[in-house]
Amino acid sequence: MTTTHDPANGSPLVEMRNMRVAFGGVHAVDGVTVDLFPGEVVALVGGNGAGKTTLIKTLSGAHPADSGEILIDGRPVRIETPRDARALGVETIYQTLALAENIDSPGNMFLGRELTTSWGTLDDSAMEDATRKVMGRLNPRFKNFKVPVSSLSGGQRQSVAIAKAVHFNARILIMDEPTAALGPAETAQVGELVKQLKSEGIGIFLISHDIHDVFDLADRISVMLQGKLVGTVNKHEVTMDEVLAMIIIGKMPGEVSETELEELHG
Amino acid sequence: MSDTQVATSEAEPGSTPPSRKGAVGRLMRATEVDPRLLGMIVALIVIWVVFNIFSDGKFLTSRNLWNLSVQTAVVGIMATGMVLVIVTRNIDLSVGSMLGMIAMAIAILQKNILPDWLGFDHWAIWIIAVVAALVIGAIVGAFQGAIVAYAGVPSFIVTLGGLLIWRGVTWSMSSGQTIAPVDATFQLLGGGARGSIGSNWSWVVGIVGCLAVIALLWNTRRQRRRFDFPLRPMWAEILVGAVGCGAILGSVYVLNHYFKPPTLANGRTDVPFGIAVPVLITLGVLLVMTFIANRTRFGRYVYAIGGNPEAAELGGINTRWMIVRTFMVMGILVAIAAIVQVARLNAATSGLGTLAELYVIAAAVIGGTSFTGGVGTIPGAVLGALVMQSLQSGMVLMGIEAAYQDIIIGVVLVAAVGLDTYYRKRVAR
Repeated sequence: MTTTHDPANGSPLVEMRNMRVAFGGVHAVDGVTVDLFPGEVVALVGGNGAGKTTLIKTLSGAHPADSGEILIDGRPVRIETPRDARALGVETIYQTLALAENIDSPGNMFLGRELTTSWGTLDDSAMEDATRKVMGRLNPRFKNFKVPVSSLSGGQRQSVAIAKAVHFNARILIMDEPTAALGPAETAQVGELVKQLKSEGIGIFLISHDIHDVFDLADRISVMLQGKLVGTVNKHEVTMDEVLAMIIIGKMPGEVSETELEELHG
Repeated sequence: MSDTQVATSEAEPGSTPPSRKGAVGRLMRATEVDPRLLGMIVALIVIWVVFNIFSDGKFLTSRNLWNLSVQTAVVGIMATGMVLVIVTRNIDLSVGSMLGMIAMAIAILQKNILPDWLGFDHWAIWIIAVVAALVIGAIVGAFQGAIVAYAGVPSFIVTLGGLLIWRGVTWSMSSGQTIAPVDATFQLLGGGARGSIGSNWSWVVGIVGCLAVIALLWNTRRQRRRFDFPLRPMWAEILVGAVGCGAILGSVYVLNHYFKPPTLANGRTDVPFGIAVPVLITLGVLLVMTFIANRTRFGRYVYAIGGNPEAAELGGINTRWMIVRTFMVMGILVAIAAIVQVARLNAATSGLGTLAELYVIAAAVIGGTSFTGGVGTIPGAVLGALVMQSLQSGMVLMGIEAAYQDIIIGVVLVAAVGLDTYYRKRVAR
């Protein structure tokens, strides 16, 4: 695992160049280019239907891109299925969490990557053991290893989804609205976790509606509007208002006039 | 006992549903018995006792229970597969017609085709018939599953079509005639006078069963110790083992007390039937299917697809191929049921298996399989089949008219699912 912490120098972990995805005649993602460095959090923001989730699905393997190029560690890669993505160290925490409600947390953590015994049968004990170990780090109060995840709280379900990414040593982590379903305490916990993973050199794409979360966690912010990239800015060089202007009217800081900024507040 | 302490200290808040309290709750927790399965067993015992009272003691006799075990086989075998199909949020309405078609195919094979090639009563006839049945079942099941999975036609429609098509094929194969008899060795697979394994072998099966129960408990305990997980208290292990072995040996005892009529036993009246071959087949199917559902990746994926198809897909599971495999397993089980049915009747009729799909679905549903997907157990489905057959057989013993029998079974089906839904809601909140 890479330990480069300075985004300015090292080479990018992920580069997505000129990505395009169309549904029927609609360009959900239209020529978007973004990148991500090790130990960096890049927030993808934009209104509903801006194409953030669709863009990121091309990286997680959930939806193929129509055109464009994805490079990981500078090498072009083909990502067509979730399996491809995971083999490259890309783990995704979906907004919906993507948990099978009827299966317990170890079962969900290893879904599609089950541990097996030498007989080829499921090794439930080993999976439970691994889950207990990861949870001991993430959420030490988590005790319900044998119940279906449907009976867990929102925060606990979130921990299961995150534990999956942590256990499999993600190098690139995609978090789609990780705090949408959480209370304030749990949101703070996810924030801590993001900082911890960042310090371990993991690159994180964060999709969020919450501009405060974004400013709290992200290093850079990429704004999308109607499938196109408005631009990518450094968090320390912009104000929240300027980012809002990018999200809503699609203008970069500097391009936007005082009256337009006023109108945003009106 | 240190084991007890570990178990209680770990079984703290929230690790089990809070609705169970008191002595019964403690017993259930310690033994880790599935409450729904236990509920079904209790319901079955109640049904048996009530029928025994109303039939003047005719229900709980070795003779009736032996017949019950044989009669449950066909529906029980197919219900194990229907669980997996329904768990993936699909349905198979074609199993009755498929049973009829496979039955007709192997009857014709044994009566009209193979004797011409191999000669009458050739030793290989029954083997060829069995293999043929399994191959047809697997192909037809996989074919229907492929249309569901890859063409995206709802399984209700695909298998409704199958229900009509395979029944039509059955009729056209024999022009509506009954085909009989079948190969003598093949007949053993259906039970009956010669198709039982007798007293001694039945005891052997019972003892092997007991050893298996003990080995299973021991292995689970060893696994938990390997990872320092909470162990079941020793008394609970012994209780579960004793009840399990008791039930197995008790069943063998009962089945060993139904005696063959003197005409079949050289004039003697003390020769027991023992376990019938179709019952052994059903037990084998039950074990294999439970293993597949709980211990293999395929089983895990079936439940994951039922719980959240999107999550399964995102987990990298080839969900379409899993659906095809589920229907293929269903087809193979229909073939096994068809073999038992033909062997038992010593014939195939064009109407064989009519309405069987409804009994199979009912057995799975009474056994706790939910149409919302993701929920259902194999042993539950076999118990469901046993409950249905008990109701039918009990009502026959009581002399209830056929029309009323159907009414009562219909009411029980709806009531069982209603109760289950109510219970589930109460546990969930």
